[in-house]
Amino acid sequence: MATAPVPGPVPGSLRAWLLSPAPASRRQARFGRWFRAWLGFRRNPLAMSGLAIVALLVLMAVFAPLIADQQSATLQVLQDRLQPASWQHPFGTDELGRDIFARVVFGSRITLTIVVMVGVIVVPVGLAIGLPAGYFGGVVDTVLMRITDIFLAFPRLVLALAFAAALGPGIENAVIAIALTAWPPYARLARAETLTSRRAEFIQAAELQGASHLRIIATQIVPLCLPSVIIRLTLDMAGIILTAAGLGFLGLGAQPPAPEWGAMVSSGRQVLLDQWWVATIPGLAIFIVSLGFNLLGDGLRDASDARS
Amino acid sequence: MTDTGMTDTGMTDTLLTVRNLSVTYSGDDGDVRAVRNVSFTLGRERLGIVGESGSGKSTTGRAIMGLVGQSGRIEADEMRLGDTDLAHLGEHGFRKLRGQRIAMVLQDPKYSLDPVMSVGRQIAETHRTHLRSTKRDARRAALEMLEAVHIRDPERVYTMYPHQVSGGMGQRVMIAMMLIADPDILIADEPTSALDVTVQTQVLAIMDDLVRSRGMGLILISHNLHLVSSFCDRVLVMYAGQVVETCEAAKLSEAKHPYTRGLLAALPQLGNRRAELPQLQRDPAWMADLA
Amino acid sequence: MIALDDVTIAYGSGPRAVVAVRDFTLAVPEGEAVGLVGESGSGKSTVLRAVAGLIPYAGGEVTLAGRRVDRRRTTAERKMVQMVFQDPYGSLHPNQTVDQTLAMPVAIHRLDNGEARIAQVLAEVGLGREHRYRYPHQLSGGQRQRVAIARALILEPRILLLDEPTSALDVSVQAEILNLLSRLRRDHGLTMLMVSHDLAVIAHLCERIGVMSRGQLLEITTATAMANNQVTHDYTRQLLRSNAGFDRSSVSSGELDVVVG
Repeated sequence: MATAPVPGPVPGSLRAWLLSPAPASRRQARFGRWFRAWLGFRRNPLAMSGLAIVALLVLMAVFAPLIADQQSATLQVLQDRLQPASWQHPFGTDELGRDIFARVVFGSRITLTIVVMVGVIVVPVGLAIGLPAGYFGGVVDTVLMRITDIFLAFPRLVLALAFAAALGPGIENAVIAIALTAWPPYARLARAETLTSRRAEFIQAAELQGASHLRIIATQIVPLCLPSVIIRLTLDMAGIILTAAGLGFLGLGAQPPAPEWGAMVSSGRQVLLDQWWVATIPGLAIFIVSLGFNLLGDGLRDASDARS
Repeated sequence: MTDTGMTDTGMTDTLLTVRNLSVTYSGDDGDVRAVRNVSFTLGRERLGIVGESGSGKSTTGRAIMGLVGQSGRIEADEMRLGDTDLAHLGEHGFRKLRGQRIAMVLQDPKYSLDPVMSVGRQIAETHRTHLRSTKRDARRAALEMLEAVHIRDPERVYTMYPHQVSGGMGQRVMIAMMLIADPDILIADEPTSALDVTVQTQVLAIMDDLVRSRGMGLILISHNLHLVSSFCDRVLVMYAGQVVETCEAAKLSEAKHPYTRGLLAALPQLGNRRAELPQLQRDPAWMADLA
Repeated sequence: MIALDDVTIAYGSGPRAVVAVRDFTLAVPEGEAVGLVGESGSGKSTVLRAVAGLIPYAGGEVTLAGRRVDRRRTTAERKMVQMVFQDPYGSLHPNQTVDQTLAMPVAIHRLDNGEARIAQVLAEVGLGREHRYRYPHQLSGGQRQRVAIARALILEPRILLLDEPTSALDVSVQAEILNLLSRLRRDHGLTMLMVSHDLAVIAHLCERIGVMSRGQLLEITTATAMANNQVTHDYTRQLLRSNAGFDRSSVSSGELDVVVG
């Protein structure tokens, strides 16, 4: 492999391979690019703490059965109700005698499910509406954007409430309700990004080479839109988690006895003054995870700004 | 107008002295020395600075105005404008100096003019800021200045906004604005590169006339060898942050330094069609020349 | 090879349409290089884009290799005409490696031996193997323009359109790119139509030069005639004069005056 001598990293090391100014394969070029972005991201301590929080959330959800006892999350031990923190119950117990620690740990699975499902719905829908609108312009643009405007005009929580009420309460319906109200800003963002690159010479060059519209959108425009869409999604996650918690709080999200954090806050509010931990602990969990996503999103945005 | 021996008067009547000027930018990957030990003097003459991108020619011009940004650091054994020491002036001192004693015209007037203020008012405001004149005086001076840059209907242009004027007109307005406070030195950084060739000559002629009649010093920064050699009195050739050669502009074609000669040879010439253009062979020794 | 007959190009439609090029007629035989000079807004780039099939034309006829074409092109017609753009920073996708940029045309036209073609075309434009997997921001301006030329060349076009291919480059890099273009033209028998505001650059590469102003072709002459000042239009004389450098005596004070139209 012909690598120019790089000052700093030891020749032959993984780092040298990643930072090579003359990558020898597609794979090396791509990994090198990611690694450089990571090096930039790593310099931002707030972003790193955001990443740590989100990583912890994921680990907690994946390894929940190892961290806490699944049974005690739903097991009602009525003689142990409303116990303060102890060795046996690190976060105390709730009004039905369930272990709050176990419920918070297993609740992360519900939160993560909502976050992933909303993301999986919202990003493709936003791109599917925004990309053609920006790329083709004219009538296509007008029609698609007016549809977007209609969805934007609905108040988010009220529409989500209406959906959840109509379809029946439950986590899937909560996700659909949130997704339905969350995609319009993504469509607008995708359209704006497309408009800025639409007239670029590399798009004209692709057209000149005979690339079809579909190919141009998929290979030339999507890679330029995706970073800002993902950053936007990360920043929106806090709002999505709060909306989900809000629906749970109102009894329209995950149903009992599922340990959804919003529902937990809701059930703890009757005993807030005497047994503060019942509502506060899940509230703190919501707060920390929202903050984590926000910090991560800010960090990603800064990293992508620095590159361009 | 007689073209008196510029070099003689230039020497006795020095406006600007620069000795061992260096500009260093500190970045993530260590320090970059954009300008290295540049020395020159400027009299009441037209001095050209030529070089390719990254040669440090623009940075040199900006350093004289104290404009190197947050990450830039200016060092000089001596940098003197008349009796003002520029090397130790500080941002506050520079701010008073800019526009009043040193002015600058940049490549694209679109980016240098305020888009939401009429061009006449911008010129008048400059007059008021530097000369503390009344509104009425400033307006009169601005109209006179527009006339001085050969705009025949100054009243009308006065009320126009930057997006309403063409590139050539915009550059005339910029020159009017820059010269209204009667500075000692005008630095023009690629002032005509964004203009069409036929307009270029006009703008340069206007700048030339005004600078001569006011006895100013002009620094013309450009990548265009033809332009600099035909417009200026003296030329500094810059390469990698250093001045590799100083010569009389008219004798640029007889330049000695291999870099200058290489550049001249690489230019395609009308009426001298060569199958291959000689390509510039960069010699690492050029970097060490003045180190 | 390229024939334009009375081509008129307008932007917009209906009463608000702006005519950018009017009644443009030009023929470029196979293997010849023709240049168009003129100021910005003279319509020279617009002509190039119409030949490339990037914009539609309102009237007249464009014929390429004997076949009449319009804006919609077949894949084969696309393959025949390629273009190099002015700005090597803007004409390459910022998130794609040189390899990806060159692999796309191969995929579109289902060319065989993609790997070998990419390696060969890179060598031909003077880029080494070490450049193949780099992103545009890891390349210099001259290297990027070489990539843009390679992208055009990989389709083995018969016509190469050049839109100010060197005006964003330094003098020394310009010489390298011009040399490369002359060599490619000779090796591949390319027909070229080039646009520039720099007379000397056009005259270096092209035998015939058309002078454009305000959407019209004023005159067509040869590089030799230009050099000997044998031109008919005042406007061309002005261009020649500015090309020679600044001459204060060439403009009288009266000529400096402008009036806002």
